[in-house]
Amino acid sequence: MATEILMPALSPTMEEGTLAKWLKKEGDTVSAGDILAEIETDKATMEFEAVDEGILGKILIAEGTAGVKVNTPIAVLVEEGESADAVVAPAAAAPAAEAPAPVTAAAAVAAPIEVVSKASPDFPEGTEMKTMTVREALREAMAEEMRGTPEVYLMGEEVGEYQGAYKISQGLLDEFGPKRVIDTPITEHGFAGIAVGSAFGGLKPIVEFMTFNFAMQAIDQIINSAAKTLYMSGGQMGCPIVFRGPNGAAARVAAQHSQDYAAWYAMIPGLKVVMPYSAADAKGLLKQAIRDPNPVIFLENEILYGQSFDVPVLDDFTIPFGKARIWREGTDVTLVSFGIGMKHTLEAADKLAAEGISAEVIDLRTLRPIDYDTVLASVMKTNRCVTVEEGFPVGSIGNHLSSVIMERAFDYLDAPVINCTGKDVPMPYAANLEKLALITSDEVVAAVKKVTYR
Amino acid sequence: MATRKATEAASAPGANVSKDELLTYYRDMLLIRRFEEKAGQLYGMGLIGGFCHLYIGQEAVVVGLEAAAIEGDKRITSYRDHGHMLACGMDPKGVMAELTGRIGGLSKGKGGSMHMFSKEKHFYGGHGIVGAQVPLGAGLAFADKYNENGNVTFAYFGDGAANQGQVYETFNMAALWKLPVIFVIENNQYAMGTAQKRSTSTPDLYTRGAAFGIPGEAVDGMDVLAVKAASEKACAHCRAGEGPYILEIKTYRYRGHSMSDPAKYRTREEVQKMREERDAIEHVRELLINGGHATDEDLKAIDKEIKAIVNEAAEFSKESPEPPLEELWTDIYA
Repeated sequence: MATEILMPALSPTMEEGTLAKWLKKEGDTVSAGDILAEIETDKATMEFEAVDEGILGKILIAEGTAGVKVNTPIAVLVEEGESADAVVAPAAAAPAAEAPAPVTAAAAVAAPIEVVSKASPDFPEGTEMKTMTVREALREAMAEEMRGTPEVYLMGEEVGEYQGAYKISQGLLDEFGPKRVIDTPITEHGFAGIAVGSAFGGLKPIVEFMTFNFAMQAIDQIINSAAKTLYMSGGQMGCPIVFRGPNGAAARVAAQHSQDYAAWYAMIPGLKVVMPYSAADAKGLLKQAIRDPNPVIFLENEILYGQSFDVPVLDDFTIPFGKARIWREGTDVTLVSFGIGMKHTLEAADKLAAEGISAEVIDLRTLRPIDYDTVLASVMKTNRCVTVEEGFPVGSIGNHLSSVIMERAFDYLDAPVINCTGKDVPMPYAANLEKLALITSDEVVAAVKKVTYR
Repeated sequence: MATRKATEAASAPGANVSKDELLTYYRDMLLIRRFEEKAGQLYGMGLIGGFCHLYIGQEAVVVGLEAAAIEGDKRITSYRDHGHMLACGMDPKGVMAELTGRIGGLSKGKGGSMHMFSKEKHFYGGHGIVGAQVPLGAGLAFADKYNENGNVTFAYFGDGAANQGQVYETFNMAALWKLPVIFVIENNQYAMGTAQKRSTSTPDLYTRGAAFGIPGEAVDGMDVLAVKAASEKACAHCRAGEGPYILEIKTYRYRGHSMSDPAKYRTREEVQKMREERDAIEHVRELLINGGHATDEDLKAIDKEIKAIVNEAAEFSKESPEPPLEELWTDIYA
């Protein structure tokens, strides 16, 4: 009987991939274990093996097709003498080559109220733009800084020969060689300490943690050695270093691999903390982080790596720390978020717009320093505020902002500030429970209705 | 494996050592001892607060190791750090004023006894977390190797820190990447109040690098000449690009772990015996006198000089004002 071969999910966050190459052609005999095709995922190019034996009756998705959704039929396996046409071919009509529209302010459509999209203040209007993923933006930022500054080097697990666990460092080993792109053993505590020591010694390391969950092993070196030495040395010995990597929940990787550390690091004087949402911010802020003479915690997100945004085409594009970005202007409520929280926030703003509620959306971008002024000015205008983040509720960034707003804009508030956060539980594995544990745009919408008394 | 016992390593002590060299060691060790005695006094007077870990008894370790250092070599250690700073030429006034928490201190009074640094003298601290300085030291060596400058780093740690996991992560990477770092284990036999035999499964710490292919040797840390010889050998190994080297320096601290040590974990007799029979300064003193290099009078004159330096440092540390209140908010970011 003919069977469909489906596009496989080859990583926890893979939703689609590129069918890079067919290694079998129609009519070829296939045995279990044969390599059928090469599939490029968000993490790597992988060989896709046959599970069943038979004859490759028909290829439904041509090689080179990008954006093939997981579970799309890509080929039909038939038995001797059987025709592939026997299989209904709706699959052939579903190449799903369209990339999902990136969530941007411009995506807001025919809503009862007009949504004002504010141009980014980080570069002049009319600057040429190109579309790229957050992943590509991060890679460009590192490559550009490494080209310009010989003291900059990259160290971490699988950053070199593997080409990066999440492909952020893809190609850097080829360009810069093993002296500057250094694969480490799986010893976060040790290599973080070595990197900090090398920064004391005059180098400018970029340390990639495969995820920030593993940086817990190294947190003593990050806090006690990197963040505090300048102060303890009376200003003599700074530590120019970037610790970067994915932070927060990915997809179905459960409690030990799904935690947002934004609030943890943001608490520490001596650190700077960056958590970008868009590709442009990822690029401009990472270049800034590498140039900063202080230790910088740069919190990325695995789900955002594959998302595309417009990035300015500029020779030297950096974004200063401590400047929030107003993604859209609004009058009824101020929504403050950062990192992947922005995805839910912008979605919520769209839903609210459809119901006639005008939300101003602020992306903090850096959590230390925090741009209080932009938040306060907005709250003084809208008189209401909802904060959105993925992290735990106790001691959250939202808690801190609420306190600052209360101290400095109490008389402007028409409702209490609400903090939308992840739930106060370790991240569960089950798909339905995981969904429940994470912040959603509907929860943001509900919070806004509460503060606007609707 | 090139791990060797102390007895093989030590050259005939005193032979082929010049008068000037011996006098330098005598002077340097005596400065550390008198400085630490003074610090102990100031602590008792309430002028020094917090934790204060004295180096008395271990002077030959840093002085011997420094004897093989060249310009640009780096050093990093734990919180028992006053001796290391004096041995690499940092100003005693700045060290003492840091102990008293004054603006004239090396860290403007913001680091204290355990956290002092000197970029000029390539002294990278002064670290309060046991074992943390070991990867940091390897990182300094990483930078030296990256810059191809031929320098080495002395990464000092104690027998207590030798049981820290990050030490072994560091051994692995230092050997893998052939980093020019000398791991100096100052084995004073007690991790705070825990005797080595109560905390450590195998006594020979110099063999701890064997699993990583790092050569090591044990050295008599009460003999400055033996330490110097071992340091020369280790430095040559590192500078030749052969990777890290381990020196387990067997030493002894006469005073408590910190100033608030109840001293219940060892006997007074044990300490007294070391002082009387193995004192490192006394050893050099004998070499000087017996070799006809110096008279009692000469050494008394040196003693007087050192006392003057220490008294001057103590005076400075009392007179230097506390840091202005604005200092609370400086040096957080570069």
